[in-house]
This record gives sequence, structure tokens and C-alpha cells, in this order.
Amino acid sequence: MQKFTVLKGTAAPLPMVNVDTDMIIPKQFLKTIERTGLGKYLFNDMRFTPEGAEKPEFVLNKEPYRHASIIVAGDNFGCGSSREHAPWALLDFGIRAVISTSYADIFYNNCFKNGILPVTLPKEAVEELMQDAKEQVELTIDLEKQQVVGGNGKTYAFDIEPFRRKCLLDGLDDIGLTLVYEDKIAAFETAQKNTQPWLYS
Amino acid sequence: MTAPRTLFQKIWDSHVVSSNDDGTCILYIDRHLVHEVTSPQAFEGLRMTGRKVHRPQATLAVADHNVPTSHDRAKGIADPESRLQVDTLTKNVKEFGITYFDMNDKRQGIVHIIGPEQGMTQPGMTIVCGDSHTSTHGAFGALAFGIGTSEVEHVLATQTLQQKAAKSMRITVKGDLHPGVTAKDVVLAIIGAIGTAGGTGHVVEYAGEAIRGLSMEGRMTVCNMTIEAGARAGLIAPDETTFAYLKGRPMAPQGEDFDKAVAYWKTLVSDEGATYDKEVVLNAADIAPQVTWGTSPETVAPITGTVPDPASVEDEGKKSAMLRALDYMGLQAGMKLTDVKIDKVFIGSCTNGRIEDLRAAAAVAKGRKVAGGVYAMIVPGSGLVKAQAEEEGLDKVFIEAGFDWREPGCSMCLAMNADKLEPGERCASTSNRNFEGRQGRGGRTHLMSPAMAAAAAVTGRLTDVREL
Ligand code: SF4
Repeated sequence: MQKFTVLKGTAAPLPMVNVDTDMIIPKQFLKTIERTGLGKYLFNDMRFTPEGAEKPEFVLNKEPYRHASIIVAGDNFGCGSSREHAPWALLDFGIRAVISTSYADIFYNNCFKNGILPVTLPKEAVEELMQDAKEQVELTIDLEKQQVVGGNGKTYAFDIEPFRRKCLLDGLDDIGLTLVYEDKIAAFETAQKNTQPWLYS
Repeated sequence: MTAPRTLFQKIWDSHVVSSNDDGTCILYIDRHLVHEVTSPQAFEGLRMTGRKVHRPQATLAVADHNVPTSHDRAKGIADPESRLQVDTLTKNVKEFGITYFDMNDKRQGIVHIIGPEQGMTQPGMTIVCGDSHTSTHGAFGALAFGIGTSEVEHVLATQTLQQKAAKSMRITVKGDLHPGVTAKDVVLAIIGAIGTAGGTGHVVEYAGEAIRGLSMEGRMTVCNMTIEAGARAGLIAPDETTFAYLKGRPMAPQGEDFDKAVAYWKTLVSDEGATYDKEVVLNAADIAPQVTWGTSPETVAPITGTVPDPASVEDEGKKSAMLRALDYMGLQAGMKLTDVKIDKVFIGSCTNGRIEDLRAAAAVAKGRKVAGGVYAMIVPGSGLVKAQAEEEGLDKVFIEAGFDWREPGCSMCLAMNADKLEPGERCASTSNRNFEGRQGRGGRTHLMSPAMAAAAAVTGRLTDVREL
């Protein structure tokens, strides 16, 4: 997994609430058996007409937002389906961070598995950063310091669980981390088999 | 004396393998369900790292999202991408030694229907699947939640997940439901009350007479849609209804083991005095049959109501979402919901594709005809549901009424196969999501119960089933 340390880049404003994963990547693109190549379908139905032409009014079809690496969005971003194709599509497009007041749980989790940082901030902060994004101010997200730097150098501190932060900073592979506990997993199974043998028959 | 614990805490505590200072745990996973859409990259990851499946016997795989539901499906899948995805699963389960119900197995069906049907889903278990509606299995008092593909790989490789305990929430539905009001109406009313993010970060435990009075099928409908309220999982403490449902199912404990299991399952209730981070109480008597009018499951109203007016909403974000939804849905504020005409009807999905759902729809369809110009399809949730319905003669009732009786699968719940809405088409659907484009680009979805969907089919408009 790609490490996440400091990200400085263009932020695309998406002032919508409840952006669901069906919007982020519609189901017709879930038929892939790969993780890559989904960026061109990101927000497909909002970004393109049924004939495949760009809709000029959609933010990611405008300059400089075509090159955005951050999305600033309304409440409850990433709700709905568990599809990890949503973070894959974001990442493939070049998005490394999202800023919102809240996220759906599964999407939030999926971001961390792919080196994307979902930053959670209070409503006023998200509104200010949304305004910065509209004014094409570049944002800086520093995971080490746990802060976002917006227009006029204003900083916004954010919270993140220490374990997730560490995995992202170091780009750690969690399966490898868990496999260190193989003996404990085996011991758990032995104990459970004794008390609930039917789970193993 | 130990502090009183909730059901969620009990299940959680009994599955912690190891825990970190910040509360992140390695949580043991008892059962893992796998389908074709969210697993290929996980198996590929195992291959690339040379890892094996830790406990293949704890895993069950099925193809459901991409499978055709037409009568000639034994001929195979026409769409090359869908076919590749199903073939990839077939190859992966063979390589990694996982039990698999292929497309033509009579036990095949939607992943969340077959787990319970086979007795794989049991109280007290931790169950995951790369699918958000894994919350369905919570109806048995199992901690069941959806995961992403990276986590699917993690579970395959280690039979565990790295997780932090969610917060707890109790939703109590007091009293008895009115006749004609079903589990689907209950859960839609709950989502309407708390919103699509009302449960975020929480595991919901359902309680109250109205919940206790539900069959297992109804409980599954409620837990299924818990994810639409943003919650990680839904839970209903197991009771005699649960035990009776499980007894004799192929993957349930057998003989003496069953009695031992029941003795354990009976301990799976929240202790007296256990506290929750959030409590919500609804009165069953206040719940009428529900339909959605917008593009999020929280945009729901009683069928006796009207399309709401965005002008009456203060919050700017909500107002613009509402305006967008009404425009997408082609509806005007203030119009009566019963005046909304429909083009298609979809009865099925992991929310409402079980035998009881088909019985409820058949009871309405019996002796009536699908309205002119309406296409109505019934897609049983599994091959076994289909067989049971045919044994009861429900297929004949539907066919005589003019419904299309199809093969099992996810079908028009998400339209990954050939079943989809055309732009602008309006559908009465028993599925769980009315997002833009969910049932086909430009398609308009109204969520409701099977009886309500059948009522819409025969009148050609949204209808209060109680008035038929
Ligand atoms: S029926 Fe619909 S919600 Fe259920 S698993 Fe299939 S696609 Fe997902």
C-alpha cells in the first residue's frame, strides 16, 4: 500500500450530502476482476452523458479540478454498497484524500486499506474548506501533524485512530501484521472448539 | 459481579483474539460468505503473496449478482464480463478449496438468503461478507457486517479482522403492528425517523413487541436494511422463533449438538441494566405501509401521504438534495403518493425474496391481473425458495395474474445482469436502495413491501394495499 504522509493539491468541491458508492462507481463497472483502471469511470453518471460525452458542469470536468487529489464533500460520504471499487476508482483518478463531516463505516474502512485518507472535520471547517476549494486554493493535508492547511494558512486539526494513522504513514500491509498473531488465532480456535464443537463439525 | 453487557458486547468479547492499546482488536470470524463481485481481487491478492485460505470450511461461496434470471440460464451467461466474473469465482473456489453453490445448483441464490436457509447463520457467530447487506444475518443474533475486498482477503488469509468495537444503539418498536403493515414498513419507518446516517458507527439491537412478533423472514428484512440507516450491523436476540427456524437445516448443529447449542444461544440476550450509547423508541401503532418518494431510503412517507415540499425544509444541504431527488424522480411536491403511476414491478432481493414475501405478494395477486402496460417480475431469493413456492402453487397464482416468474438471483435489485430499468421508467420495488441509477441509469425506484408492490402491479400505481 502507498504511504500517506503529506499531501498538497487541488481540492474539488462536491457540496452534496449522502454521496453514495453507486454514484462514485456505478454497478456496470463492478464486473472487473482488477483493482486498477476504474478512474475513468469515477462518478460516471454524473460526469458523462449516456453517450459518453463529458458534462461540462460537473466539477471533475473543469480545470483545475480535473487534476484534483482531494475531494471536499457534504455529510455521510460513501454510504450504501460495500464496494471497494469506490476507493479504487478514487485512487485511480488520483484522489488521495476526502474531507467531510462524516463517512459511512465500510467506505471509511476501505479508504485506509488503499492509502486514501478520509479526514473528518466539524461542519464549519468543512464549509470553509469547501469555499477554499471553490476558490481553487490548494490544500495541504499533513497526517503526521494531523492537520489540514487551507486558505491564508488557516489550520484545522483532525482526529484519527492511532493504529490507522500508523498503518497509513508506514504503508503497512495488515494481513502481514495479523499473521504475526497466528499462534493466538490457533489458540482461540482450539478453545472455541472445546466449548462450541458444533462450529467445527 | 461483572457489569451488565449488551448482546453486542457479549458476542464481541467472545471473539477477541488480541487487542491493542487504542482498542483495535483482532476479531475472530466464524463464517465468511463470498460472492463473485467483491472477491476476485481478494483471491488474486492471496495468489500474489502466496497465502492460503486459513479455514476453507468456514467459507461458503455463491454466484448471485451477475447471474441471469431468465428461464434459459442453464445455457450460460451471455454478457462476457459477467461470465468472466462468475468463471473467476468458479476457478478460485476450486483452487482454494471452498464450498460453492454454482449457478445451476438448486441451493443457489442470493448470498444473504442462502446462509440462513442452509442453517449456516447461527446465533452468537461473527459473520462477514464483502457485501453491505450482510447485516441481514443479525436477525439470528449473530454479529454480521459487510466488509470491503481488502478485508475479504484478510479474512480468507487469517479468519480474523482488525476491528474496533462500534457504539451500541437500541431501537425499540413498542406494541403491535396494524394488519397490512409488515417488517419492511417497520424498517422503512425507522430509517425515515433516524435518517441514512442515523446509525453510523453503531451496532443496532432491535427490541420491543413488534420486533419479537416478527417471523425470522421479517426479522431478516429489518436487519437487512439496517445498513440503510448507516449502522454497521443489526441484531435481534435469538429466541424460540430462531431455534425453531434453525432446527434441521443442513448446516445447523444436529442431534445432541443442537440442544447444547440452544443452551448456549439462550444466554445471548442483553443483560438487565445494560446501557446503550443511543436509544430510539417507535410505536408500532403509528406505522402505516411505507413507500419511498426520493433517491435515498430515508426519503420515505406513509402511502396515505403526499410528496413533501422542499420549500418547507430549512437545512440547505437537505433542501438541495430534495430538489435534486424530485427532479430525478419526476415528481411534484404535494402530489398524492397514490397518484404516482408505475411501469415496472420488481419483487425479490435479499430484503424481500424469501418464501413469506412471495406468499404475501401472492395473496394480493390471487384472482387479480397485472395492470395494462405494467411489467411485473418475481425473482425468488434462492432455488429452494423457488421450489417451495412452486410446491405451494404460488408460481401459478403469479403466472395467472400476469407476473413473470423467474430464476433466483439479485436481478433488478442492482441491475448488474440483464434485468434493468430504462431511463425514466418507474418501478415499485421490494429491494433496499432507491439511489439514482441503482436499477438502471435514469430508472426511478420506489421501495415498499411485497404486498404493496403486488398491489401496485395490479392497479398500475402506488397503492395502499389495505384498500384492495
Ligand atoms: S439482492 Fe441486492 S442488496 Fe441483496 S446482495 Fe443482491 S444486489 Fe446486494
